[in-house]
Amino acid sequence: MAERTILAARDLDFYYGEVQALRHISINIPAARVTAFIGPSGCGKSTFLRTINRMNDLIPAARAAGSLTFRGQEIYAPDVDVTDLRRRVGMVFQKPNPFPMSVYDNVAYGPRTHGIRDRRRLDLIVEESLRAAAIWDEVKDRLKKSAMSLSGGQQQRLCIARALAVEPEVLLMDEATSALDTISAARIEDLTLELRERFTIVMVTHNMQQAARISDKTAFFLAGELIEFGNTERIFSMPRDKRTEDYITGRFG
Amino acid sequence: MARNARPALRRQLYSAAVRLLVWLSASVCCCLLAVLIGYICWRGLPGLSWELLTSEESLLQGTAGLLPSLLNTLCVVAVSLAAALPLGVGAAIYLTEYARSRRLTAAVEFASEVLSGIPSILYALVGVIVFCSALGLQKTLLAGSLTLAIMTLPTILRTTQESLRTVPRSYREGALSLGSGRWRMIATVVLPSCVDGIVTGCILAAGRVVGESAVLMYTAGLSTAMQDFSTIQGIMRASGSTLAVALYVYAKERADFAAAFAAATVLLALSALINLAARLAGRRLGRRQRRKKHPAALTRRQGGPHG
Repeated sequence: MAERTILAARDLDFYYGEVQALRHISINIPAARVTAFIGPSGCGKSTFLRTINRMNDLIPAARAAGSLTFRGQEIYAPDVDVTDLRRRVGMVFQKPNPFPMSVYDNVAYGPRTHGIRDRRRLDLIVEESLRAAAIWDEVKDRLKKSAMSLSGGQQQRLCIARALAVEPEVLLMDEATSALDTISAARIEDLTLELRERFTIVMVTHNMQQAARISDKTAFFLAGELIEFGNTERIFSMPRDKRTEDYITGRFG
Repeated sequence: MARNARPALRRQLYSAAVRLLVWLSASVCCCLLAVLIGYICWRGLPGLSWELLTSEESLLQGTAGLLPSLLNTLCVVAVSLAAALPLGVGAAIYLTEYARSRRLTAAVEFASEVLSGIPSILYALVGVIVFCSALGLQKTLLAGSLTLAIMTLPTILRTTQESLRTVPRSYREGALSLGSGRWRMIATVVLPSCVDGIVTGCILAAGRVVGESAVLMYTAGLSTAMQDFSTIQGIMRASGSTLAVALYVYAKERADFAAAFAAATVLLALSALINLAARLAGRRLGRRQRRKKHPAALTRRQGGPHG
């Protein structure tokens, strides 16, 4: 199957005030694949992930230069509807961050935000999303209970369900398993592989094995630059850049 | 071992002395409080009767009555909170959620801190000039309430701001990442999780209003007669004393100390009630809060972009 590019960066620079966090990033992220960003802490991989849904807008004095497009549209163009962008590009965070409300209301939050009020339709969306996030069976009897009463792993899957409920085209996962125990992390990995059929997934991970196991493409970042990008198998078996090799063999990072 | 014996002894003595000192200050505080409350109750309780609480003063029979003052107090609390709450909460939301200029936020915070520290008699002056004269409200409960609204505004503003700041960034990010606009994020996620702080601020403000006398003497009048609360015009024109002011009137102008101490007891009970309500509300809302504060606290530490 030929790869279609869904996200493309051309010479993207990103600054936090005076500090340049990204340098001339150029990359084509394919649709319906899992792309993993790896690299040592502070290398810019999370920053790049957060430029894709403009989550960095929250930080004062943050600005982007260069080109970053989603389905051909400039993400940082002045006329972009950021709320619509974020509906189409969902995000799962490092720490599970369910809202302090019921399981049901958490999942229904997004659809309600985008104007869906019909109770039956919401019921349907909530169930489908929870099923897609492989947590339906565990919470179907306590949809009215507070989401805070769930375990960490369940909370994270709930957050995935919440993100899926607005039917995004891309799902960004910012170290979504790093705060979880290994069993919960493995469940989320399996889930990621299932979701790949329907969504484009871009994930940041510190876990090399995880990147190797579940991603199709891997991008290696270092000091704000994209060092190498390619098929995961190739990156891990014969990296072209010495620095990539040093990093994935654990010589630094 | 022997070398350490002396310092160890000294340390023990030192810590015993410190303990004695803090114990002493604690007991002095408790005693003062107990004596004060005890004295007020001792003087006030005998004069307290259902009659007193449900009637107005009668000069013919020479009896005191606290009902008008009680109603005036409730009216002033309600009106001043109704005026200060939307303003204070609204301003706090603007400053913490919308304002881009750090300098503006800092200036307003500084101003409100100064304002919450200045003596209330200055607010009385402003109330007399602005509400009573310039706006033509004269000496009315309305003028008094509005003056007190200004006085309590900084309290409400600051407590709301503080509690807005405790809402973890991860909640905001969660809402925004789902395509929620800023106002929807505030209304559905931020405000519900800091209601307890706002309620606490309100109750603090109510406490100040209940205890305030100087401002009201100048702006709301000293009458202990029943006011007309049945019509809007009646409420607009009502002028009279709250419990705290009535206490002054009875003690200073009528030299009726039985009534004054009875008023003091009622005032004390009202303050206790307000404080109790504050704790109860805080705890009720806090139970929800604690459950979520735990994961939230962790997120705040590791929240930033780190890759």
